[in-house]
Amino acid sequence: MSNTFYTEETIEHFRHPHNFGEIKSPDGYGEAGNIICGDIMSLYLKIRESKNKEIISDVKFRTYGCAAAIATSSVVTDLVKGKTIEEALKISKNNIVKTLKGLPPIKIHCSILAIDALSEALFQYLKKHKRKIPPELKKKHEHVEKEKKSIDERYRHWQLRK
Amino acid sequence: MKKIYLDYAATTPVDPRVVKAMLPYFSQKFGNTMSLHQFGREQAEVVEKSRKIIADFIGAKNPEEIIFTSSATESNNLALKGLAFANRFKKKNHLIVSRIEHDCVLESSHWLKSQGFEIDYLSVDRDGFVDLSELKKLIKKNTLLVSVIHGNNEIGTMQDIEAIGKICQEKNVYFHTDASQSYGKIEIDVNKMNIDLLTASSHKVYGPKGVGILYVKKGVLIEPILHGGGHENKLRSSTVNVPGIVGFAKATEILKKEGKKENKKLSKMRDYLINKLRKSIKKTRLNGHPIKRLSNNINMSFFGAEGESLVLELDSQGVMVSTGSACSSKTLVPSHVLLAIGLKPQEAHGSLRISLGRFTKKTDINYAIKQIINTVKKIRKISIFSYE
Ligand code: FES
Repeated sequence: MSNTFYTEETIEHFRHPHNFGEIKSPDGYGEAGNIICGDIMSLYLKIRESKNKEIISDVKFRTYGCAAAIATSSVVTDLVKGKTIEEALKISKNNIVKTLKGLPPIKIHCSILAIDALSEALFQYLKKHKRKIPPELKKKHEHVEKEKKSIDERYRHWQLRK
Repeated sequence: MKKIYLDYAATTPVDPRVVKAMLPYFSQKFGNTMSLHQFGREQAEVVEKSRKIIADFIGAKNPEEIIFTSSATESNNLALKGLAFANRFKKKNHLIVSRIEHDCVLESSHWLKSQGFEIDYLSVDRDGFVDLSELKKLIKKNTLLVSVIHGNNEIGTMQDIEAIGKICQEKNVYFHTDASQSYGKIEIDVNKMNIDLLTASSHKVYGPKGVGILYVKKGVLIEPILHGGGHENKLRSSTVNVPGIVGFAKATEILKKEGKKENKKLSKMRDYLINKLRKSIKKTRLNGHPIKRLSNNINMSFFGAEGESLVLELDSQGVMVSTGSACSSKTLVPSHVLLAIGLKPQEAHGSLRISLGRFTKKTDINYAIKQIINTVKKIRKISIFSYE
């Protein structure tokens, strides 16, 4: 039987998540939802230019979801902090799962939530600055957008904190 | 660190008095009930004595109406499948089960459907009570059985079993109830309540795991699922689990003696906990009926705080409870019971089930209240939703 319990690393990130909260007037903001379980997440980015490179200088998240969703949110913020945009775009769910030393199989999808929210925030930043958007990112954005519609419908009566 | 178990609806510790009663039946008195010699006879005798204790407890007239099984799951399977197959040639192939049954009843009904039986699902209202007028309408000429859970394992609502039994009797259909949670929590009289089949389980009442019963009223025919040596009146073959049965009977005797007082104490603690949480935490909802509920069951939703997160954080604080949230289930769909009472998936998402028991102390409750308040606050802080 496959393991249905969380690793110590996951519990640690869940119980003491890094970088939760929000950033006032962020340079990039993304929201993503999971239509299967109904969990949602938002991600805020602050981006600074240094030595001709755009660096993610600060990042914050808010998540409504299971322990894995909160832990993967925390990990993704750790992973992007200090990275360039190009580097951040390369982060995948495998990087997150590896940092947590594994997730129960049924919880793998939770880590996609974090990646989706990150992609959205990066997409928004690039779009705002009228920059070229990589085709994969555009595709991802369209997908997230579609899922978000049904999620928004579900939480219509709830007040988002922004 | 403190360890406070508030998940008695999942299972209970075996009462030390039960353990003591069981102990001789492992090594000293170990015979097989089917043997003709004295070791065998001695075992058969104690099993019959146990059968009588349990029969009396639910008001059954004949001890032979009690079949010992391995679990409530087996009893429920035997009730539905056994009855369905015994009647399959009599043009009675329609079964009605409520939407808030335990999985083992629902899954058995799905399987029967795949075998050609006709199944209807009976709705419940916001509090979890089955709709009696709908029940009357659903019963047809070919209806064989109505199955409704007595005390719901998740939301705690206690059905008006007598009213359902009466309808079934008038319409001449069999009535089965799963009393796994209610056994010992409220008085049961199978004759007064017009119950034809009833399921109960030992490990929910401080007895050992691995023992259940199915009460089958005299004259109601069922087909066995397990064929073999013809144990239990040919209805359930398997070498008889004597220590387990002795334990279940002892647990029942304790309930008979102490149950009333215990339930009074439990419902007092239950209401105290509910009131405290409602007062201290904004945007909560009590699931299930406020009064007509199991004496030890609390089920509340805390909006915007996801259930699995709550359970795991509370676990880290030493408080053990459970949830009906989607994220904790294998299918990522919230509890079918919470959906059946009309909760939106997002409302069901933040539900906690807290169940008290014989060894719960007032100080445990106070500690749990404190931890639940802190935990909801903590999880909501991370959440994307606002509660102010
Ligand atoms: S995000 Fe919903 S199950 Fe993990």
